[in-house]
Amino acid sequence: MAYSDKVIDHYSNPRNVGTLDKSKKNVGTGLVGAPECGDVMRLQIEVDEATNTITDAKFKTFGCGSAIASSSLATEWLKGKTVDEALAIDNMEIVEELALPPVKIHCSVLAEDAIKSAISDYRVKNGMPALELSHH
Amino acid sequence: MLKLPIYLDNNATTPLDPRVLEAMMPYLTEVFGNAASRNHPFGWAAEEAVDYSRDQIAKLIGCDPKEIIFTSGATESDNLGIKGVFEMYSQKGNHVITATTEHKAVLDTCKHIEKLGGRVTYLPVNEEGLISLEELEAAMTPETILVTIMYGNNETGTIQPIREIAKIAHKHGALFMTDGTQAVGKIPVDVIADGIDIMAFTAHKMYGPKGVGALYVRRKNPRVKVTAQMDGGGHERGMRSGTLNVPGIVGLGKACELAMLEMEADTARLSAMRDRLERELLTLEESYVNGSREHRLPHVTNISFKYVEGEGLMMGVKDLAVSSGSACTSASLEPSYVLKALGLSDDLAHSSLRFGLSRFTTDEQIDYAIGHVKEAVTKLREMSPLWEMFKEGVDLSKIEWAEH
Repeated sequence: MAYSDKVIDHYSNPRNVGTLDKSKKNVGTGLVGAPECGDVMRLQIEVDEATNTITDAKFKTFGCGSAIASSSLATEWLKGKTVDEALAIDNMEIVEELALPPVKIHCSVLAEDAIKSAISDYRVKNGMPALELSHH
Repeated sequence: MLKLPIYLDNNATTPLDPRVLEAMMPYLTEVFGNAASRNHPFGWAAEEAVDYSRDQIAKLIGCDPKEIIFTSGATESDNLGIKGVFEMYSQKGNHVITATTEHKAVLDTCKHIEKLGGRVTYLPVNEEGLISLEELEAAMTPETILVTIMYGNNETGTIQPIREIAKIAHKHGALFMTDGTQAVGKIPVDVIADGIDIMAFTAHKMYGPKGVGALYVRRKNPRVKVTAQMDGGGHERGMRSGTLNVPGIVGLGKACELAMLEMEADTARLSAMRDRLERELLTLEESYVNGSREHRLPHVTNISFKYVEGEGLMMGVKDLAVSSGSACTSASLEPSYVLKALGLSDDLAHSSLRFGLSRFTTDEQIDYAIGHVKEAVTKLREMSPLWEMFKEGVDLSKIEWAEH
């Protein structure tokens, strides 16, 4: 399969690979996908509680190049956004940015799920209700 | 300077040996006759070349030259062998025994005869990829006309106990056929000593051209016949009509001659390279060889790297032309049915790579491949949440994964 230059770039030089301390109250973790489906993404955000702004984001992904690129791109976009702005990220924006082919759209869906799941975890840790996560 | 990508997919096809091409060249140009033309020297020259090729092939597999039926390749040979026996011996019975790890050319042909009223037993294999002789024996019935089990597996290189299988088939009055595609030209195959009645093989897996293969059909003890699957001029003792592909046949013959001359040296060199590749890659934690390491073709290894996803791995080893156990060109992932038959989980099947070496593979290429795979696997694991969990001692099977 031919990958776009942007997918190859993120795959070859993934941004923000790593792990945040999930015991911290202002760190939210989302773990989505399943090994037998061939994709598992873990996305973490660190939030400045005073400004409700995401100050750091890290990911680790088990998956194909498009899954790695989708999560790498998501971490880039998350940094500096408020939590509300992050919630508005739509998977189709990722599809467009990375020029994902139809068979790889599920990778972008997974990245959106991972963002929402991380935000939900952050909310629960801070006494807010969990998000209604729609599993695609 | 090393040329990239490096070709290590020689179970898919091999490059043409320049000596084979040289032998073929005259038959692509000035010696163009139809081997069936009996009335002039053009035809005689072509027929002579075909007969010479039959001799070269016969020497390699220990048969009589008259027992070689030329075809377009192993897929046609498998079809002709199985369907041809099914039709020819329909008075005797309708039961065929094969194995789950056979090539699609055998499995799908068996599916076809099931539609025609045949009964097929698909024997399972153990974790090494070997069938059980006890299970074979138990599956034999008075209606069993054919046992067809491949010689060496295309994905793992596993070699089945051919002689024992043949004995069991014969004891119960059935014919024994083998798909010898990966084995012929690579390891000693002797149809008499092995007890083979019918064998499919092809030129392009042993440095010959594509589009030409053969079916060995035993002529005595017992005399085997297969019903032709194409109607026409009655070539090849009536078993396979169609004008003979003379240049291809010359190439197949030459490839067999070279295989016979060089098999011992090739095997020693290739198995040493394969073993080195394997040894080095197994220094990566959580990597596993698929299939038997004892009963195996000398030039193949199939290795799974746990906690790495197959498609991501293929992208990481872009400098190598290898095959993966994952056929994930679409959103629905389909792991290799051969590896699944060995009992591998989907994720381990997906994260496998098959390396097939050839006569033209160099030590320098193997060195590069070792470094390239190690680097890709290490990098992907550093990026893998599953690897991190494994390292922390988390039991991944206990996690409730959110399906998507």
